[in-house]
Amino acid sequence: MINDDKAAGEPTSQQAASQQAASQQAASQQAASQQAASQQDTVQAANATAAKPQPYAALGLTGAEYGRIGSILGRRPTDAELAIYSVMWSEHCSYKSSRKHLRQFADKAPVTDVLLAGIGENAGVVDIGHGYAVTFKIESHNHPSYVEPFQGAATGVGGIVRDILAMGARPVAVMDALRFGPADAPDTHRVLPGVVAGISFYGNCLGLPNIGGELAFDPCYAGNPLVNALCVGVLRHDELKRAAATGPGNKVILFGSRTGPDGIGGASVLASASFGGAGEGAKRPSVQVGDPFMEKLLVECCLELYGAGVVVGIQDLGAAGVACATTELAAAGGTGMQIALDTVPLRDASLGPAEILMSESQERMMAIVTPADVEQFLAICAKWDVLATVIGEVTDTGRLEMTWRGELVVDIPPGSAADDGPVYDRPVRRPGSQDGLIADEPSRLPRPSDGASLRAALLTVVGSADAGDKTWVTEQYDSYVRGDTVLAMPHDAGLLRVDEANGLGVALAVDGNGRFCQLDPYQGTRLALAEAYRNVAASGARPLAVTNCLNFGSPEDPAVMWQFTEAVRGLADGCLELGIPVTGGNVSFYNQTGRAAIQPTPVVGVLGVHDDVRRRVRSGFTAPGDNIVLLGETRPEFGGSLWAWLVHGHLGGLPPKADLDVERRLAEVLVSASSEGLIESAHDLSDGGLAVALAESCLAGKIGCSVAPQGELTTFLFSESAGRAIVTVPSEAQSELTNLCARIGVPATVIGVTGGPALAVSGGFTVSLNELAAAHGAALPALFG
Amino acid sequence: MTARIGVVTFPGSLDDHDARRAVRTAGAQAVELWHGDATLHSVDAVILPGGFSYGDYLRCGAIARFAPVMGELIAAAGKGLPVLGICNGFQILCEAHLLPGALTRNLARRFINRDVTIRIENASSAWTSEYKAGQEITVVLKSGEGAYVATDETLAGLHRKGQVLARYASGNPNGSVADIAGVVNEAGNVAGLMPHPEHAIDALTGPTVDGLPFFTSVLQLVRAA
Repeated sequence: MINDDKAAGEPTSQQAASQQAASQQAASQQAASQQAASQQDTVQAANATAAKPQPYAALGLTGAEYGRIGSILGRRPTDAELAIYSVMWSEHCSYKSSRKHLRQFADKAPVTDVLLAGIGENAGVVDIGHGYAVTFKIESHNHPSYVEPFQGAATGVGGIVRDILAMGARPVAVMDALRFGPADAPDTHRVLPGVVAGISFYGNCLGLPNIGGELAFDPCYAGNPLVNALCVGVLRHDELKRAAATGPGNKVILFGSRTGPDGIGGASVLASASFGGAGEGAKRPSVQVGDPFMEKLLVECCLELYGAGVVVGIQDLGAAGVACATTELAAAGGTGMQIALDTVPLRDASLGPAEILMSESQERMMAIVTPADVEQFLAICAKWDVLATVIGEVTDTGRLEMTWRGELVVDIPPGSAADDGPVYDRPVRRPGSQDGLIADEPSRLPRPSDGASLRAALLTVVGSADAGDKTWVTEQYDSYVRGDTVLAMPHDAGLLRVDEANGLGVALAVDGNGRFCQLDPYQGTRLALAEAYRNVAASGARPLAVTNCLNFGSPEDPAVMWQFTEAVRGLADGCLELGIPVTGGNVSFYNQTGRAAIQPTPVVGVLGVHDDVRRRVRSGFTAPGDNIVLLGETRPEFGGSLWAWLVHGHLGGLPPKADLDVERRLAEVLVSASSEGLIESAHDLSDGGLAVALAESCLAGKIGCSVAPQGELTTFLFSESAGRAIVTVPSEAQSELTNLCARIGVPATVIGVTGGPALAVSGGFTVSLNELAAAHGAALPALFG
Repeated sequence: MTARIGVVTFPGSLDDHDARRAVRTAGAQAVELWHGDATLHSVDAVILPGGFSYGDYLRCGAIARFAPVMGELIAAAGKGLPVLGICNGFQILCEAHLLPGALTRNLARRFINRDVTIRIENASSAWTSEYKAGQEITVVLKSGEGAYVATDETLAGLHRKGQVLARYASGNPNGSVADIAGVVNEAGNVAGLMPHPEHAIDALTGPTVDGLPFFTSVLQLVRAA
C-alpha cells in the first residue's frame, strides 16, 4: 500500500464519531451499572452466602455438574462464574457426549506428514507444498437457521470464517451443505429462501467466493434444517497462529464489534434444546445478527496485524463469546488472566458481567499482544475503523480473574472450564427398528425394462429438487470474487488457485447422505467420505485431509448414540484405510423435532491438492465424438438410492457397499489420467447413478450422448454402486486409458460416445437436451419462484 | 514509462484485488489508492472496484461518495482523467453525480451471479476503444442492486448523445431500463458498468477473456497522451 501511514495517523470522521459515541456510552454505562453494582454477585459474596439458590438448571447444568463446580472452587460459583461454566460445559462447547468417541480420529489416524496443526486447534492446518498451508473446517448453524433462517445462516458463515482467520490464514472461499424438509412443504418456503439469502448476503458482502456444496431434501429435516458452512484459508507455514495466552504481562485486546445482548445463552440453551419439547417457553434464546461489513474489516485488519508481527496469540469469539475466548486462551497458554469486564465496549449499557461473558455478539476477536506492540496494534485497528480495547493482561497466577467495578466477580482455574468439562459415556443401543428397515429390501421394487417407463423415471429423478439444477441457489452466491476460482458449481469439486506462478491449487468437496446413514450409519459415513474423496479426485486433485460436521439427534437417546458411534467408527476406519487424516470438525446434537431425530447426517469435507490447476478436469462433456468410459463396477444396489426414494417412495435394505480400496484406486486413475492429459471430462457417480451423471455432463457441456446399456437397464441407469465415475476420452487416447486402468486395477468399459442433440440409450429411449434441460432446470424455480 | 492505473480500496471493496490483476494483465502498473487519502498519487486513470463499500447498508455507494479520495477524483474526472466504476464503483459514480441515473434492487429481489452477454454500444470511450461498436462480449454480472434507472429525460439524453456504453444482449437479467448495462459521461472519460470485465481476463478463472479490452483501451489512451 502506498498511503497507509497517513490514514493510520489521522483518524477519519468515522473514527472520531465512534470515539465520541464510546465516551457517551461509557458515561451511560457507568450510570446504569452504579445501580446494578450493589446487587452484583462477587467472590466475596459467594463466600459469605454459600447456600444462595442458583438457577443452574435453567442454564442447562445438571445437579451433579453444579456440584462439581462447587468442589473445583471450594465455594459456590458467583453468577458470572456460573455463566462461564454453563456455556463452557454445554454440549456445544464441551463435546461432553461425543468426546469419548471422537478420540478414534486420533487413535486411528493414518501416518502422515501433511498436518501442521490438528484436532483441538480452531481448525486443522495442512501442508500443500511450496511453503503453503491451507486450513479448512466445516461447522453447523442448524438451530439458529430454523428460528431465523436469514441471520442464522449468515452468522454461520461469519463464525466459520473467523475460525479460519484465527489460524493466521486469509480466508479464500466458502461452501455450504444444506438440508431442508420436503421441497414443496410450506415451511421449506420460509426456511430455504431465507437461508440462501443469508449465506448470499454474508458471503458476498465479505468477498469470499462460494465454490460448491450440497442441497438435499427429506421430511426428517422439516422442523430441523441442516445448515453446515465450510471455510478454507491459505497461509505460509511460518504464519500459523496459536490460540494461547502466553507471556505474563502481555495485554489482552478485544477488537471488532461492540458487545450486545445477542444470543445470550445461545451456546448452551439454543444449541442443546431440541425444538417442540417441554420448557420451550421458559428458554427464549435470541439469534445473533451478522454484520459482514465489519467482518470484512476484521479480516483485512487481522491480516495486517499478522503481517506487522504484533500478535502473540489470537482467538475468535464464537459460541460463548468472552467466556470461551478467555478461558481457552489462558488454559492453552498455561497462564492466568486479569480482566476488567467493565472495559468491554458495549452496545447495551445495561449488560452485567454474566451477560457480557455469555454474549455471542458477532465479528469479535481477542488477541494477546506484548505491551511494546500495543500502540501499533491499536493504530492498525484504527486504520480499518475497527474498535480495539485493552481489557486485561496475562498473569502467571494460573487463575482467570475478572473484576467488575473494582470487585472480583470471577476467580477460577481456566482449564477447569475449558478442558476439564464433564465427559459422558452415554448409553448406546442399536434400535430395534433397524432390522425391519434392513429387511425391507429394494429388490422387491418393480424394475420395468420398457423405454417409456425408464424415460419417465429418468425425468422424475433429473427433474427432482434433489437432483435438479441448483442454479436458483448458487446464482445468489458470488463464485468469482478474488479471481482464483477455477471450478465451482456445478462441478464435482470446488477448485481454487493458490499460486498464480506455478498453478498450485486446492480442491474441496462436501458430501453426506442421510438415507444411506439411516440404513447403516457405519457404511453410510464411509460412503459420504468416499463420495467427497472421489469428487476431489475427479477435478484432478490428490485428496489429502478430512473435516466433518456430524449432525445427529439427541445424545440422550441410546439409538441416536448408536448411530453416532457407528458413524464416528466408520469415518475413523475410512480415513485410516484411505490414508488421509481427520483434521478437525464439529458435532451438532439435538437435531430433532420433539422425539423424532433427523436421519443421522455426517457431512464429510475432503481437501485435495492440485499440482497445476491449469490442467483442471470439468464435469461437462467438452467435444462430440469422445468415448464415454464407465470406471468401476455396477451392481444392483438400490438401498437408500434416489431412484428408490423418488420413484417408489422407498427407503430400506442396505446401502451400497463402500470399498475404500476401490475408491483409492479409482482416484489414482482419475488423478493420473488428468495429469497425463488423457481425459476431457470426469464426473463422479452418486445420487441418481449413471442416469443423473450422464444428464449433468450433457447439460453442462451442451453436448448429447449415445450409450449402449450393459446388463439390466434399471441397474445400469439408476444403481448407486460406489467407486464409479464416467470420463470422456478422445478415441486416440483410449488405449492409453485402458492400459492405465488395467495397471491400477479399475474396471473400465466404453459405454458410448458423446455428441448429438439428445441423451440416447440404445434399446431404451431418447430424451432431447431441450427436454432434459427443461426438466432439470425447472425443479427449483417452479417451487421457489 | 508504464501507465499507472489506480484502484481505490474503500472499506468493504472486494474486487479491488481482481481489478489490480486485470490492470497488470493489460500491461499497466496497478497503484493501490486508499479511500481516506485525499490524493490520487499522479495516476493516469482510476478504477473504482466492485464490492460493498461500507456494507451498502445505506444506499449503495452513498457513503463512499463522500470519502476523502473522491474530492480529488471528482475534480480530476472533470479535467478528463479516465475513471471506470465497476458494479459498486458504478453505483458510487452515480451517487457522486459523475454519471447520470441510479442503480436499484434487482427486479427479482435476489443477488444474481451469472455470465451475461452484453453489446458494446459506444466504442469510442476511454475504456471501450479496443472494441467495435455492436460487438457482443460475455462477462460476469454479480450484483444485488444492478437495475439501472433514469428519468425519461435523462434516458433521451443518453440515447441522443451516445452515452449508453453497453446493453444486456441475452435477456434483461435485473430489470435495467432499456437493457442498459453501462453508461459513459458526455466527455467519454468516465464510464460505469454493472458487469465485471475484470473477471473475464483469464479463461481459467473467468467465462471468457472478453473483458480485457476495457483495460487495454485505457492503456492505449494513456500511452498516446
